[in-house]
Amino acid sequence: MNVVQPFEGIGASVRRKEDFRFLQGRGMYTDDINRPGQTHAFILRSPHAHATINGIDTAAAKAMPGVLAVFTSADMAGIGGLPCGWQIHNKDGSPMAEPKHPVLAEGKVRHVGDPVAVVVAETRAQARDAAEAIVVDYAPMPGVSTTEAAIAPGAPAVHDGVAGNLCYDWHIGDKAATEAAFAKAHKVVKFSTTNNRLVPNAMEPRSAIGEFDTMSGDYTLYTTSQNPHVIRLLMGAFVLSIPESKLRVVAPDVGGGFGSKIYHYAEEAIVTWASAKVKRPIKWTADRTESFMSDAHGRDHVSTAELALDAEGKILGLKVHTLANMGAYLSTFAPCVPTYLYATLLAGVYTTPVIYAEVKAVFTHTVPVDAYRGAGRPEATYLLERLMDVAAREIGMDRVEFRKKNFIPVDAFPYQTPVALQYDSGDYFSTLAEALKTADWAGFEARREAAKAKGKLRGIGISTYLEACGIAPSAVVGSLGARAGLYEVGTIRVHPTGSVTVLTGTHSHGQGHETTLAQLVADKLGVPIANVDIVHGDTAKVPFGMGTYGSRSLAVGGSAMDKAMDKIIAKGKRIAAHLMEASVEDVEFERGTFRVAGTDKTKSLTDISLTAYVPHNYPIEEIEPGLEETAFYDPKNFTYPGGCHIAEVEIDTETGKVSMVNFTAVDDVGRVINPMIVEGQVQGGVAQGIGQALLEAAVYDAEGQLISGSMMDYTMPRADDLAPVSVATHTTLCTHNPLGVKGCGEVGAIGSPPAVMNAVVDALRDFGVNHVEMPATPAKIWNIIHGHRLAAE
Amino acid sequence: MYDFEYHKPSSVADAVKILAADPDARAISGGMTLLPALKLRLNKPTAVVDLSGIADLRGVKRDGNKIVIGALTKHYEVATSAEVKAAIPALAAMAASIGDTQVRNRGTMGGSVANNDPSADYPAALLALGATIQTDRRTISADDFFQGMFATALEAGELVTAIHIPVPEKAGYAKMRNPASRYSMAGVFVAKGPAGVRVAVNGAGNNGSYRHAGMEAALSANWSADAVAGIKVDPSDMNGDIHGSAEYRAHLVTVMAKRAVTNAG
Repeated sequence: MNVVQPFEGIGASVRRKEDFRFLQGRGMYTDDINRPGQTHAFILRSPHAHATINGIDTAAAKAMPGVLAVFTSADMAGIGGLPCGWQIHNKDGSPMAEPKHPVLAEGKVRHVGDPVAVVVAETRAQARDAAEAIVVDYAPMPGVSTTEAAIAPGAPAVHDGVAGNLCYDWHIGDKAATEAAFAKAHKVVKFSTTNNRLVPNAMEPRSAIGEFDTMSGDYTLYTTSQNPHVIRLLMGAFVLSIPESKLRVVAPDVGGGFGSKIYHYAEEAIVTWASAKVKRPIKWTADRTESFMSDAHGRDHVSTAELALDAEGKILGLKVHTLANMGAYLSTFAPCVPTYLYATLLAGVYTTPVIYAEVKAVFTHTVPVDAYRGAGRPEATYLLERLMDVAAREIGMDRVEFRKKNFIPVDAFPYQTPVALQYDSGDYFSTLAEALKTADWAGFEARREAAKAKGKLRGIGISTYLEACGIAPSAVVGSLGARAGLYEVGTIRVHPTGSVTVLTGTHSHGQGHETTLAQLVADKLGVPIANVDIVHGDTAKVPFGMGTYGSRSLAVGGSAMDKAMDKIIAKGKRIAAHLMEASVEDVEFERGTFRVAGTDKTKSLTDISLTAYVPHNYPIEEIEPGLEETAFYDPKNFTYPGGCHIAEVEIDTETGKVSMVNFTAVDDVGRVINPMIVEGQVQGGVAQGIGQALLEAAVYDAEGQLISGSMMDYTMPRADDLAPVSVATHTTLCTHNPLGVKGCGEVGAIGSPPAVMNAVVDALRDFGVNHVEMPATPAKIWNIIHGHRLAAE
Repeated sequence: MYDFEYHKPSSVADAVKILAADPDARAISGGMTLLPALKLRLNKPTAVVDLSGIADLRGVKRDGNKIVIGALTKHYEVATSAEVKAAIPALAAMAASIGDTQVRNRGTMGGSVANNDPSADYPAALLALGATIQTDRRTISADDFFQGMFATALEAGELVTAIHIPVPEKAGYAKMRNPASRYSMAGVFVAKGPAGVRVAVNGAGNNGSYRHAGMEAALSANWSADAVAGIKVDPSDMNGDIHGSAEYRAHLVTVMAKRAVTNAG
């Protein structure tokens, strides 16, 4: 057997191949690309949350040095609005309100940062100078930033014709059965909370270069995207009417996305369209201020939940009502986030027999809101796992025992929830037990006392969570309103001398695909990862693909590769059978070696690939030359990672500052390909979860001015805000994909916020508090402590 | 940023001459405040006068009972100076807490002092230590120099050249950082020195760094954390924003005063 030495296959913590490039500053990001004759665009954005545009005078700007063109929506006749990729239906079956999302503002601006005009000039500074010379005659109008205010009678209308600013009023679950369960409940626990709005803040700001080839009439867009084929489809078909054959989209190295680079943004369409007008390439790169006011934000839910319990603490039913902020326009996947990525997760890891959830999505004068790491699932998990703690306390039951009492039993899989999903596998008892042990849950009271002696309040919190990812079965999501399929594509190209190029429709923007996906090839075909190249992010190279989000790259993209490798092996066996004069049925393959079963006759993969490309002795009548196979894989179900997170915090009672002292994550992410990369993914997700719990908040004033519009006011997590994060995995295999993998990209951000907030509330248990809203800033905690002391005085 | 003329004089006299000739020229030291303002187009000077070529404005020396720090001395140099660490360890520790590594290796003491940002660390330290600010034309006591938020006694075109700090018997500093910016949102520097006990507050007040007479009196009578623990700061003198109310900042000033005294030993 020709085993790769050292072992680089499934389960090996191979160092990341791409890091040699990144750590030496040799990555090639969009802004690093400079095209011959390149010009620069500056986007003039609205300073108002809501205003009518009475006129735009661009004459002075056009006369400025270096300016090639100034465009407004008046120049873009025939250009479509930015499309929404998901249609939700109201309770009554009617479709959601879907107002036009113009590329440049058409007579009205609806959020601070809404693009109004674009200047194209020889240099970025000249473009910016000229933008300052554009005179926009705004008539400012009252704006509205919160969902509660936006649906109130008489609120300023974001879009004409959208009554009450309501995008949709949707529901899921059996209302009558849920009401019946509540009617016989021993106890009903109520809980309300806000899931704070976040700004994704990928390290690399968005950037785009449009290039029009005057000879061929072809367009190329270089862009900071998680899914170049989706951008080609949306922009080509719906906005600019360019056929796929004339439009290439390249997403080169991308410095973080977290969801914010899934969507088709106005700037991509602007530089692509305008490059044909000025007949020169055009680059646009956001500065951080623009990122704050133009990247899609995340979260922003206001929810009320009610839990019905019997006398023994068994959950009888759950009712949820949620208001979800859509922002001013529908971003590409915004409508599915608070519906099918949220309400379907409300069963969590529990046997709740009936659930009814209502979700109202609301337009406001704020930046559009869309999926951000976890997307809907963090909101559901936070609501449910905080509710579990609140309920346990109200019924006087230990919060761990209460959870265990309601866990889905290990032998109950596949498990059908009352909110559409069917979980394939999981073992919540094991992840819980391991986390309790690692975190020394039992020894906590001693640590609390020790902290008390130092004048600190110490708390411990737990979250037993589940998520649905590996997105997604096309037929299922199609029936739920998706306007796209969510399969994935993989091509395995075995070259004549045995090296391998993989073309994948997924996209790596920090996840380490160039390593993890190469390990799949090493494991199955026995090719060293040094000889496996992963190609992604270019529609001219990769046949097709839906990109990377929803922790889908391995579960869906890896499975497509696995299918393609099966085809390679099947074809290789036929060639090997010919060369070894055996029947195909007798040829076995394992990690790079074809063998006639029960003999010492073997051929290496390289023997076969060379024969396939130099077919001198070859069954040419029966088999085509070459060794390259493509597979499309459409998943049969979502995957369901889950696990247990435990957070331990200390509060400085004098300042209110919450410090993380420990964090334990035990996650079931299915089969682990590279444990080191999984650990890094979980740690990164936990860092963002701690950020949401303790630090981050996109703050608008009531009228829609963005108050936290820079790093001076928006608190990104820093290293010293975090704690040592202990990461372990406990695996149950996914039963419906060939790799048994579930996904690890989002679990950290999904499981951690409620664990942290449960710890904060636990630390404050002597202060009469049963809830603290995120983020738990020092001022907020001090107000609680101080208010309690005032009340006591 | 907008276009501007760039000058790099090699002497204080040349720098002052350029600034005197052009009222819209701005001096730049480490650039930690001016540079971001230029990049954000919030400032449009006709010329920028880069002081970094003036070699004799840099360095720390002990002069009898004083520490003298050149205006162009970087925060990192103050933080690691053997003289400062020996004479005023609280000042070295404070300098080590400014911004991040990059800021400490660019930002200068003179720049921070001349800018008098209400959230900057140095102004409170110099007020509490009873320092004297030397300029190209005169010396000014810290009490007279710092005149409220971003306001100083500097005349147009006048440059800070050095800071003279009497060595105190003891001194201490404590601050609560703004969670986002990490600037001080309430910091207190306490010192017991030749000019008596002095207490100065940064970050929290609504008109820049200032001295707190009540705390000075309390500590003069009894140098201990308990002496300031009961002193209530008036919230109407405080800033309030999304990171904390005026009441919270008022409370923090008392807490930081206690901790500063403890740190002073």
